[in-house]
Amino acid sequence: MPSSVILVPAVLNGLMTGAVYALIALGLTLIYGVLHIINFAHGALLTAAMFAAFFAHKLLGLDPYVAALGLTPLFFLLGYGLQRFVIGPAAHGEDRNILLVTLGLAVVIENALLYAFRADTRTINLPYAFDVIEVGTAFLAVPRVIAFFVVVAVALALWLIMRWTDTGKAIRAVAKEKLGAELAGIDVAHIYAVTFGLGTACLAIAACLLIPTYYVNPHAGNAFVLIAFTIVVLGGMGSVTGALIGGLFVGVVESLSSLYLGESLGQIGIFAMFILVLLFRPSGLFGERA
Amino acid sequence: MVEPLLRVEQVSKRFGGLLALDRASLLAPAGRITALIGPNGAGKTTLFSIIAGFAPPSEGRIVYDGADVTGEPPHRLARRGIARTFQIVQPFTTLTVRENIAVGAHLSRPARADALAAAGDVARTVGLGELLDRPAATLTVAGRKRLELARALAIEPRLLLLDEVLAGLNPSEIRDMMPIIHTIRDRGITIVMIEHVMQAVMSLAEHVFVLSEGRIIAEGPPQAIAGDPRVVEAYLGHGAASRMLAEGTGHA
Amino acid sequence: MRTFAPILIVTALLATVPAITSSNVVLNFLVVALLIALVGQGWNLLGGYGGQYSFGHAAFFGTGAYATAILQVHYGINAWLGLFIGIAAGALVGAVIGALSFRSGLKGSYFALVTLAFAEVLRIIASVAPITGAGVGTLIKLDLRPEAFQFQSRAPFYWIILVLVGLSLVLIRMIEDSRFGAYLVALRENEDAAQALGVNTTMVKLLAMTISAAITAAGGCFYAQYFLFIDAGIAYGPWISVEALLAPIIGGIGTVFGPLLGALVVKTLGELTKLMTGDAPGLDLVIYGSVLILVIAFAPRGITGILLDLRHRLVSLRRAAPASMGGGHG
Repeated sequence: MPSSVILVPAVLNGLMTGAVYALIALGLTLIYGVLHIINFAHGALLTAAMFAAFFAHKLLGLDPYVAALGLTPLFFLLGYGLQRFVIGPAAHGEDRNILLVTLGLAVVIENALLYAFRADTRTINLPYAFDVIEVGTAFLAVPRVIAFFVVVAVALALWLIMRWTDTGKAIRAVAKEKLGAELAGIDVAHIYAVTFGLGTACLAIAACLLIPTYYVNPHAGNAFVLIAFTIVVLGGMGSVTGALIGGLFVGVVESLSSLYLGESLGQIGIFAMFILVLLFRPSGLFGERA
Repeated sequence: MVEPLLRVEQVSKRFGGLLALDRASLLAPAGRITALIGPNGAGKTTLFSIIAGFAPPSEGRIVYDGADVTGEPPHRLARRGIARTFQIVQPFTTLTVRENIAVGAHLSRPARADALAAAGDVARTVGLGELLDRPAATLTVAGRKRLELARALAIEPRLLLLDEVLAGLNPSEIRDMMPIIHTIRDRGITIVMIEHVMQAVMSLAEHVFVLSEGRIIAEGPPQAIAGDPRVVEAYLGHGAASRMLAEGTGHA
Repeated sequence: MRTFAPILIVTALLATVPAITSSNVVLNFLVVALLIALVGQGWNLLGGYGGQYSFGHAAFFGTGAYATAILQVHYGINAWLGLFIGIAAGALVGAVIGALSFRSGLKGSYFALVTLAFAEVLRIIASVAPITGAGVGTLIKLDLRPEAFQFQSRAPFYWIILVLVGLSLVLIRMIEDSRFGAYLVALRENEDAAQALGVNTTMVKLLAMTISAAITAAGGCFYAQYFLFIDAGIAYGPWISVEALLAPIIGGIGTVFGPLLGALVVKTLGELTKLMTGDAPGLDLVIYGSVLILVIAFAPRGITGILLDLRHRLVSLRRAAPASMGGGHG
């Protein structure tokens, strides 16, 4: 049994990584919970956000945490526009078509990034990227600690929006009963777009939180989104609680297993878990029936 | 006594905390028309879904032709001879009327040409002969109801479950449908029908079961059911039967 | 026989191409287009006729390609035998993925997701496994003999892929006119109603997936023989999963000739892109993704749908014309 000197930091690190996973998963589950679509473009959008954060630093010298203030509304608008003017109209409301359109978007965005920026991996160098905070015997990287608290703040903000604002209530109404909400006068197309925008905004924040410690390339988003998909399927499609708890859980599991098993089994392991959950419990532990 | 073709024994169905069906039992004698009526939300379609294999009961069993078929999947039950129509019609929209019916006809006919030909015959039985090559999407509500019926007949069932086959039809369309249902019964097919159109129940059904809030509250011949105070209460609310009785005596 | 006439005519016409031109550019273009048509026809059976959209058909393409490549390179198996084994291997993978997915009742987005995941798993395994050459890939040794399924000129390759495509067209046409085909289309339209009519939808879907995988795997085997080099990204990469669905959707989803028409369009677009902007990676897929969205938005039944609409309009115009020429009525 490894000592707490090794376990505790691993768990703490897992929680911090898991928080960012949870944020990405949160965007995905929000979109599913309200629009009832699986957003196949989520990974590509995250990659785009990471590139945006990267260039905000490289070209404008903006610290990622500062860039987030600008990128979040920008990506909200992007998400809003995509749903309102591309996905919604193109799909004519048919489930099968929505699938294809979001796939098409994913292909376009990812390959546009590939075409524009080549496949090279880039990183940014921040002066505080390697600073650590000492917590007991654990040395926690500063960017990751910041990330954890930002995610908590975002989750709180989203909760407040859902609870207290008119738009939030409208979103909850549409999620529960679209026809009724429509009859009550809610502009469903607008709410769908707002929700998609919120989901994309989450990605922008997540990108800014990731960029201090992770690399960027046209495929970067996919790795994280796969984990997010696994979390969402595990925690339940449409369940915000499931996304948050699932995110932290997966983060800790990943951290502990790389402690014991090494990094290499990582990707296949996650895919395998994803497939198994899809096959045996697609509604997840908290979510609605598939 | 002859064994009924269908026996539903003490079927209960729970959805989470909700008890949708509470020890409901009914039987359908072979070759007869049996009606299942009751107010909206009583659980009638749920019971049909269970009989047709789309959902398992929480308790109880379904006995068909002497065999316990509880929990068998729909396609297996269809092969045994149980056909059902859906309350909300579900045509195969991109196919023609003939192609729709042929899907059912294929059950006993592997060859395409045979199935298409048989589909034509079934279509004429329900009066869709003129519309055979039209896309199903272009049919009116009445047409779609007939298509639903024709598809079910095409599998050559012994038991036909009709779920509100007259809903959404105007009076003349209903009048046109009734002889078709009689013809089906006259061919020896046992029919169990969920129906809200009371005139149809009165003139078609030989035996009626009344379902309310998941429970069978009455059964008997149509005339007896119509006057049963429990049935009136189920539809019109508590005290309605005695109110009506009072009003009745008031008009001596 | 009459129902196969269009297929025979089209195949015969296409067969004359090498006699008309010896341009390698044209032949190469057509070979690749026919290859995509074959792969797309596989997807079309499951997705177009069956309504189950797979986002991971690369799983079958790559299995066919690697099966035949590995058998030749590591076990000295004859390439023609490798073709048959590759098709069988692809079919097996299709059956397994299908059994797992359909038994669990996966449909719609969930099915698309799980197929995507399976393809990715295979890609990752292929990129690290020693037998596939890991990151380096697998090279089939040059051995220009017909017995080794390699030819000096492009024409024999062209005829072989044309035969494969022709066979797939015949197979799809036969399925269209069969009980299996009727059941498949019925479950696409409404699975519950189909079940109520006696259709064992799980089995029908599984069979469709197996055949679909076999057809696509044949394409993979051919790819390996034609290009003599594959790696994980080529064999199991998203590019082929996308092209597999793009071709039928553009050409006409759920139709016999859809994938062929669509493949010609897709490859033409690809060539035009290359001509205008050089060989930069990613641009062709950007175009493909955009075309996918545009087709779904404006012409969901593809080219075939547009042609059918045109014919419909011409027919109704012709019907209307004599009446209007008959003089006015009060």
